Amino acid sequence: MMESLFIVAAGLALLAALLTVSAHNAVHALLYLLTMMLALALIFLMLGSPFAAALQVIIYAGAIMVLFVFVTMMLHRGELSLSEERRLFYFNMARGPLLLSAVLLLELLVVITQLPPEYGMQAQATGALSDGAGATSALVAPGDISVKALARLLFGDYLLLVVLAALLLLAALVAAIHVSRLPQAAPETATVAEPRPMPCTGTDTGTGKQTSDEEPR
Amino acid sequence: MTSLSQFIPPLVILVLLLLAAAWSTWLERRILGLWQDRLGPNRVGPFGLLQVVADMIKIFTKEDWIPPFADKVVFVLAPMILMISMLLGFAIIPFAPDIQIASFDNALLFVLALSSISVYSVMLAGFSSNSKYALLGALRTAAQMLSYEVFMGLALMGIVVLSGSFSLNEIVAAQEEQWFILSQPLGFVLFLIAGVAESHRAPFDLPEAETEIVAGFHTEYASMKFGMFFIGEYLGVIFVSAFISTLYLGGWQGPWLPPLAWFILKTSLFVLLFILLRAALPRPRYDQLMRFGWSVLLPLALVNLLLSALWQLSVGH
Repeated sequence: MMESLFIVAAGLALLAALLTVSAHNAVHALLYLLTMMLALALIFLMLGSPFAAALQVIIYAGAIMVLFVFVTMMLHRGELSLSEERRLFYFNMARGPLLLSAVLLLELLVVITQLPPEYGMQAQATGALSDGAGATSALVAPGDISVKALARLLFGDYLLLVVLAALLLLAALVAAIHVSRLPQAAPETATVAEPRPMPCTGTDTGTGKQTSDEEPR
Repeated sequence: MTSLSQFIPPLVILVLLLLAAAWSTWLERRILGLWQDRLGPNRVGPFGLLQVVADMIKIFTKEDWIPPFADKVVFVLAPMILMISMLLGFAIIPFAPDIQIASFDNALLFVLALSSISVYSVMLAGFSSNSKYALLGALRTAAQMLSYEVFMGLALMGIVVLSGSFSLNEIVAAQEEQWFILSQPLGFVLFLIAGVAESHRAPFDLPEAETEIVAGFHTEYASMKFGMFFIGEYLGVIFVSAFISTLYLGGWQGPWLPPLAWFILKTSLFVLLFILLRAALPRPRYDQLMRFGWSVLLPLALVNLLLSALWQLSVGH
């Protein structure tokens, strides 16, 4: 039962990933990518980590992909961008990437066939986590990783990495705020500079003042 | 052991929910009428109760039109996503001690995931309609729901800290002595605001602000596909109400009355509150909405989480 579910989910993920690359409509491609992420979440769930599955849906599918769709929606130009995509992307372009991914696939096959059979994916996933969880590993049922065990791992063994990632995100946030503030400085100087050529028309200075008043709000 | 009788309780709940959502459209119009000193729909049947049936006949017999300029597959898909994600949400609500479709440990995360997914419905509707008003509505929605999801999650974490679990059953059980609305008043208010924003109801109905952008994301929708958005919105209202009563008002717990009656009572209270909000509050401007979210609600949610954690660390153990 579990195996057939896994095969269906993995097959869906592969198919959706393929369609993501081959779809001409950018929004459709993003929807396929979303499907792939949901399939991955299902696989996480089957591997015994409901928390990772939930985060996959909430963060990747629910937040990051929404932003992708957001931007694509704004830049999409209907039929025009469709014909552009068709002109720009064709199968022969994919030869290089296909060759490179073929090498990766070959390596993956080698790795899988070299591993001992009992060291399957499930054993690897739960083994690594419950080992790190130390004392709680006895409480964690095989194939089910509790949020507590995960948190203990993140804020225990991998604390440094978590803090580094947080710092990186904070830096990115500060940079994003800085970048988004930059263009606002330009109109302000423009409204200050604007009234100077205005005085020839009496009423326009009033409107210029009004816009400069509204700016800081 | 998969017998047919297993599917009957969820089916009954499904049908009852759809009926409740349909009749809450009548309830809203009637009560808005009452509060605004007019009659509302009172002609069809006793108290106008059959107005819903008339509306349904109207909606079903309308031409199911897909605009020729629309992205057809996505256009049809969008309302389904809303309906499915809203109905799936009810699967984890404990209506009474023994009436619950599915109970599992990470139910809270499941709800957050569903609310993330339901954003797509509105966005895809806006995109596939290929019309400027729909697109504007969709862009507003995306920004609004993404922002308010953050506080929603953070406000919920206060409860998780106090009850020590993501499971709704355990959260209800943890409220046996004291409802979380008393120990988490700030979290309750934050979650209520976020819930109204997530179901994009007035005053957070900027995605469909009819005075500015026609009907927002569902401008191009007609017939039953519009009906699905319509019913989906009311399902959302009922869901948020049921969810809030489960999380903050002790769910089915209460003296004298049977559990299910308590649950329905609490849920209807919040449905009425939703309607009252629509009747009483004007719609804010878009930038005011975003600023309010990020610079007022987010810090408050963080403070709430911090205080809950401190409380739990010092007193709870």
